[in-house]
Amino acid sequence: MALLEIQDLHARVEGHEILKGLNLTINAGEVHSIMGPNGSGKSTLAAVLARRETYEVTRGRVLFNGKDLLEMKPEDAACEGVFLAFQYPVEIPGIGNAYFVRSAMNAIRKFHGQDELDAMDFLPLYKERMKILEMDDKLVNRSVNEGFSGGEKKRNEILQMAMLEPKLAILDETDSGLDIDALRIVAKGVNAMRGPDRAFLVITHYQRLLDYITPDFVHVLVDGKIVRSGGPELALELEDKGYGPSEADVPQALPA
Amino acid sequence: MSTTANNTENENATATGKLGTYLEAYGELIAERQERDPVWLRQLREDAWRRFYANGFPTTHDEDWRFTNLAALAKTSFQRAVKGSGTVTAEQIEGFRVLGAGCRLVFVNGHFAPELSDVCDLPNTLEICSLERGIAKAMEGSASNGSAPVGCAPEGIEQHLGRYADLRRDVFTALNTALWDDGAYLRIHRGAVIERPIHLLYVSAGAGAAIMTHPRTLIVAEPTSHSAVIEDYVSIGDETAFSNAVTELVAGQDAVVSHFLVERENLAAFNVSTLRLELARGTNVSSHSILLGGGLVRNNVHPVLNGEGAECLINGLFVGAGRQHLDNYMLVEHAQPLCSSRQFYNGILDDRARGVFHGRIVVHKDAQKTDAKQTNRNLLLSDDARIDTKPQLEIYADDVKCTHGATIGQIEEEQLFYLRSRGIEETSARNLLLYAFAAECLDRMPESPAREFVAELIRVRLTDLAQNHQVAVLAAPVEEETQHWEEVR
Repeated sequence: MALLEIQDLHARVEGHEILKGLNLTINAGEVHSIMGPNGSGKSTLAAVLARRETYEVTRGRVLFNGKDLLEMKPEDAACEGVFLAFQYPVEIPGIGNAYFVRSAMNAIRKFHGQDELDAMDFLPLYKERMKILEMDDKLVNRSVNEGFSGGEKKRNEILQMAMLEPKLAILDETDSGLDIDALRIVAKGVNAMRGPDRAFLVITHYQRLLDYITPDFVHVLVDGKIVRSGGPELALELEDKGYGPSEADVPQALPA
Repeated sequence: MSTTANNTENENATATGKLGTYLEAYGELIAERQERDPVWLRQLREDAWRRFYANGFPTTHDEDWRFTNLAALAKTSFQRAVKGSGTVTAEQIEGFRVLGAGCRLVFVNGHFAPELSDVCDLPNTLEICSLERGIAKAMEGSASNGSAPVGCAPEGIEQHLGRYADLRRDVFTALNTALWDDGAYLRIHRGAVIERPIHLLYVSAGAGAAIMTHPRTLIVAEPTSHSAVIEDYVSIGDETAFSNAVTELVAGQDAVVSHFLVERENLAAFNVSTLRLELARGTNVSSHSILLGGGLVRNNVHPVLNGEGAECLINGLFVGAGRQHLDNYMLVEHAQPLCSSRQFYNGILDDRARGVFHGRIVVHKDAQKTDAKQTNRNLLLSDDARIDTKPQLEIYADDVKCTHGATIGQIEEEQLFYLRSRGIEETSARNLLLYAFAAECLDRMPESPAREFVAELIRVRLTDLAQNHQVAVLAAPVEEETQHWEEVR
C-alpha cells in the first residue's frame, strides 16, 4: 500500500480553482520533488495535505496510509504522521520554542497511546538535534520563531520535523531565501532523516536544493496538474529549459 | 443632610432613584456606631455621606464614566448585610486558599470572620487586624490613658484613613467612606521583610437579598519594608451583590510593596474597587489587577508618586466573556521629579463582553524628568466583543518622557493553524495562544506564591474560555440570562 495516494484532486482557495485534477502516489522511503512555476499550485497542494481549512477540496480523494486524509483535521493529520515545513514559519510570541515542540510531541504521543515525555527526557534530545542543525542554544527558550532570522526559522522547521519524526514530510520551498551554508545545513538535517519508513515531498523552485537532497522522482506541476514526471535528471533539464512542456511530455505519469 | 435639589441632581434623577436604600443603610449604620466610632471617623463618614448623597451615581455624561453605564447598579435595591448573614463554612473557604500565604483575613459580606481567618505564626514586625477592631483598640487605648493595646497597634489608623482616597473626586469612594462596616488594617514595620503574601479574602455569600458591602482596607508599609498583599473578591452562590471597596496603601520611603487585586466573583456581581497608592521617596510599588469574574466591574487604580525617585508598576489583565463589563480606570499622578510609572494592561474579551481601559497620566508642574509609559493590548475573540481604550495625558512639566500605545487584535488563524499542524488539537492550541498573551502580565510579577496563585486562576479561566469558544461555535446561540449593561437604561 502506498503511503500517500492522491487521485484527481481539485482544490480552490478564495473561489479560485488552483488544483485541477492532480494525481500522485508516494511510497514509504521515497523522496519526491515537485517543481513548477509560481502560481502552479505547489503551496496549495502542501496546504491541502496539511489540512488547512481555508483550502477547499472540491473533488478527488487522498489516502494517507490507507485512511482518508481529507476527513482529518490538521492536528489529526499531524498525529497520523504528516508534517509540513512552512514556507513562511509563523512567529508565536509568548510560547517557548522547546515548550511548543514538547507539547506537540506529547500531543502526538497521546494520540498513539504513549506516555508523555517530561522535560528531563525531552531536553537532551532536543539539544542534540539542535546541534545537528547548528542552531544556537539560546533559541531553546525564545518564543517560537520570534525575532529569528530567515535561516533560523527554516532550520527551526527542520528541527521540529526531526523531533516529531513524521511519516511524510512536506518541505514547502524550504530553500527559498536560504544562503548556501544554511541550505547545506537544512539538507543535512533532511538527509539524516531519510529512511525506509519515511517519505519526503520537496517543493521547490530551484534545482539547487536537489543537489543536496537527491530525489527519487521529480514532478512538474503546471496549472494545477502534474504535466511531467521523471527521475532526478528531470530537475537538471528544467533548470536548463524552464517549465514549458517538452516534446516527450507524459501528461499524467505516475511514479512506480 | 443635604436635600437641596440642584442641576446636577436633576440630571442624575434616574441614577439617584434608589438612593433611598443607601440613606436607610447610612442611618442604620450611624445609629449602630454611635458608641464605637471616634469623633474623627464620625466626621469623616458624615462628609463622605453628604458628598455621595448630593451627587448620586455618575451617568455616561460624566467623562470618567463614558463607557460604563451604571443604570443597572443604580436601579437595584441593595441591603446592607448584617453581621452573621450568609453562612460560610471553613470547607468553602478552603477552596479559596492561597498556597504559601503567610496569613489570611476573611470577611463575609463585609464583616470580619475571625473563625475563618488565620493569623497564627506572624512575625512581630507585621500588624494585621480588622479595621474595626483596630479602631476599637485605639479607643480603649485612649480611654485607659494610652496603655499599649495587644496584638494590633492602631495609632496609624487615624493618621492615614481617608487621607488619600479622594471622596470629593469619586462618589464610590465617598459611598465607601460613609458606609464601610469593616476591612483590613495592615502595618508593616520599618525595615521588615515579610516573605509570604498576606491574603485578604472578601466573600460575598448569598443572604436571600441583594446585598452591598463596602470593604475598606488600609495598608501602611513603613520605610524600607518589603511586603506583598493579595486582595481577593469571591462569591459563594450566584446571588447578585455589590462590593464597593476602597484600599489606601501608604508606602514609606524606600518601601517595596506588591499589591494584587483578584476579582473572581460570580457573573451577577457588581464590583467597584478603588486602589489609592501613596508613594514616598524611593519607593517601589506595584499593582497587579487580575479581573476574571464579576458582571459589572470597575477597577480604579490611582497612584500618586509623591517623592523623588519613586517607581510604580501598574499591571493588569482582564478576561471577560458572556456579557461581562470590565472597566479599568487608571489615574497616575506624578507629583515629584524623577519618578517612573509603567502601565501595562492586557485584555481578552469574548462573546459580548466589553472592556474599557482609561489611562490618565497627570504630570504636575514640579515633576520634571518624569518617565511615564502606558500600554494597553487587547485580544477580541468574537465580533461582538468590544474594547474602548482611551489614553489621556496631562503634562504641566516641560522635561518629561511620556509614551502610550494601544493595540486591538484577534487570535491569528495563521498561528492557530501552525500549532494545529504540529498535532496540538484546536482547543489546546487556542488555549496556548490565550495563555501566551496573558503571560505577558504574569512575566511582570516577581516569582512568588502570589504569582503562582494568579497564574493558576488565569490558566483555569482561559481553559474555560478556550472550551466555551468551541462550544459556542458549534451550538446555536443561547439567549443569556444576565443583563447587558449597555442596554439597561
